[in-house]
Amino acid sequence: MPDATGLELIAGELRDADAEAVLGTLHFRGRATLLVHPDAVVGTLEHLRGRGFNFLASVHGVDYFPEEPRLGVMYEMLDMRTVDRISVKTRVHTEHPHVPSVTPGWPTADLQEREVYDMFGVIFSGHPDLRRSHMPEDYEGHPQRRDFPIGGEPVLYTHNEPRREPE
Amino acid sequence: MALTPDIDYREMEKSVELSEIQHGGDDEFLTLNMGPHHPATHGVLRLLTTLEGEVVRDVKPIIGYVHTGIEKTCEDKAYWKVIPIVERMDYLSYYFNALAFCGAVETLLEVDVPPRAQYLRVIHLELNRIASHLIWLATGGLDLGAMSVFWYGWRDRDQILDLFEMSSGQRMHTRYFQVGGVMEDIPSGFEAAVRRFTSGFPTRLDQFEDLIDKNEIVLQRLRNVAAVDEQTLLGLGVTGPLLRATGNPFDLRKAAPYCSYDHFDFKIPVGTVGDNYDRYRVRMAEMRESLKIVEQALDGLPEGAYITENRKIALPPRHELATSMEALIHHFKLVTEGFRVPPGEVYYPIESPRGELGCFVRSDGSAKPARVHMRDPSFVNLQAFKPMVQDLYIADLIATLAMLDPILGGIDR
Repeated sequence: MPDATGLELIAGELRDADAEAVLGTLHFRGRATLLVHPDAVVGTLEHLRGRGFNFLASVHGVDYFPEEPRLGVMYEMLDMRTVDRISVKTRVHTEHPHVPSVTPGWPTADLQEREVYDMFGVIFSGHPDLRRSHMPEDYEGHPQRRDFPIGGEPVLYTHNEPRREPE
Repeated sequence: MALTPDIDYREMEKSVELSEIQHGGDDEFLTLNMGPHHPATHGVLRLLTTLEGEVVRDVKPIIGYVHTGIEKTCEDKAYWKVIPIVERMDYLSYYFNALAFCGAVETLLEVDVPPRAQYLRVIHLELNRIASHLIWLATGGLDLGAMSVFWYGWRDRDQILDLFEMSSGQRMHTRYFQVGGVMEDIPSGFEAAVRRFTSGFPTRLDQFEDLIDKNEIVLQRLRNVAAVDEQTLLGLGVTGPLLRATGNPFDLRKAAPYCSYDHFDFKIPVGTVGDNYDRYRVRMAEMRESLKIVEQALDGLPEGAYITENRKIALPPRHELATSMEALIHHFKLVTEGFRVPPGEVYYPIESPRGELGCFVRSDGSAKPARVHMRDPSFVNLQAFKPMVQDLYIADLIATLAMLDPILGGIDR
């Protein structure tokens, strides 16, 4: 993990390139996080690639309900040579949940971004094939959102199946 | 939501876009659906393949058939009640799922795991790695037509499950790992039973290798088949034996030791070209290394507590409940509400039999996690399937899927 100074150094470099890019930094339990503007995600990841973080380990979606902006997307970057990790986080509102897709530069993000879209409804603009990954295609809603109820699924048995009228 | 949604399955089929395939005007393509209920897909994986004759030109994995919403369920459970459910994600490497989750929560709580618990964890993890690889070997052998390997693989894996039953009472999904340590100390006779297994298993591995290593059919089916270079795999986020088969020795046990893996002497087997044969050999060699780790952990097993002494996190010992009021209060609080975890977010990666298994946990300060996400290696590795099998025969697609070793429980969660 980059230490607090190393993290500030990376944040400073990103701010030099784009003053609006980095919204904050966080060092927590040995985990360095860069909070960036959604529009700066692709640029940040490319910059980190130049710094050696050339492996995108994971993409997570998070719902910060009731905080705003509610939805978060997290990118776990890994430098395999020095075994160093840094995570990049961006937050978007549910009204306009658009984050640029990193799939063109990072093929591994393809399925992972589809999962975040499926579960949280974050729309990754520029994704080549943004479909639901796990849920059925005709499913309504995004089940991992915090306000999505547990147990709301009707289970179909023969006794609660709508009865067909005889001809 | 209507009880019987009016689904037009033909329409749904159309919405899955197959990639553009360069071809001459006279070529004829056949779109063939394989699965989700197909024994060779190792679970309920559905593959939409485009064939030209017998050659696979395109393949689209369609997942979600065993999606059970485990990550959602986790948000409704106290932290310690999450452990049995996350174990059911990747159902062959349950100890790893439990460790990824427990490790993440331990990082949030800043609780130290006693050395004995760490060693006990290592013993169970490595036995689990062998058990998981044995299932891979058994089902992979079946896919190649080696029926006897199938039975031998299950037979030896059963011995490991006996050991798990001995230490925890369960054969699968043992709930043995707890936040702060392990559930209970190993019973008397466990060490001897594990040593019986570790002394006998190398002979078994020799037998497997005698059986298939130089088998002409196996060699023809595996060698120089489905080789993908290291850079493509890295771009696709592939880790674990698949990446190591190309010669990249990245293994989190060595690279970023957790759970006192740095105390043990073991090697990371790597391949050379990254074809199916290398994938097979890497896993076979990994089983031998795991045995070495288990033996070393048994030799150096430290005395002491098997779970943290912090009573705000771990249940008090049973005998204290009858004599100590405080123990009773702690027990009541833990069983009813659970423990509260300081707010924050952590990502805890470990090396599962299939690659980097990372658990992301967000806590909002309450007794239930606000988000649990598993970066499951099967899920990410599945994306490498298309570059592996493109322009191969459909029979090699089956063999390659076996060597990819996806576990659908982990993919769909």
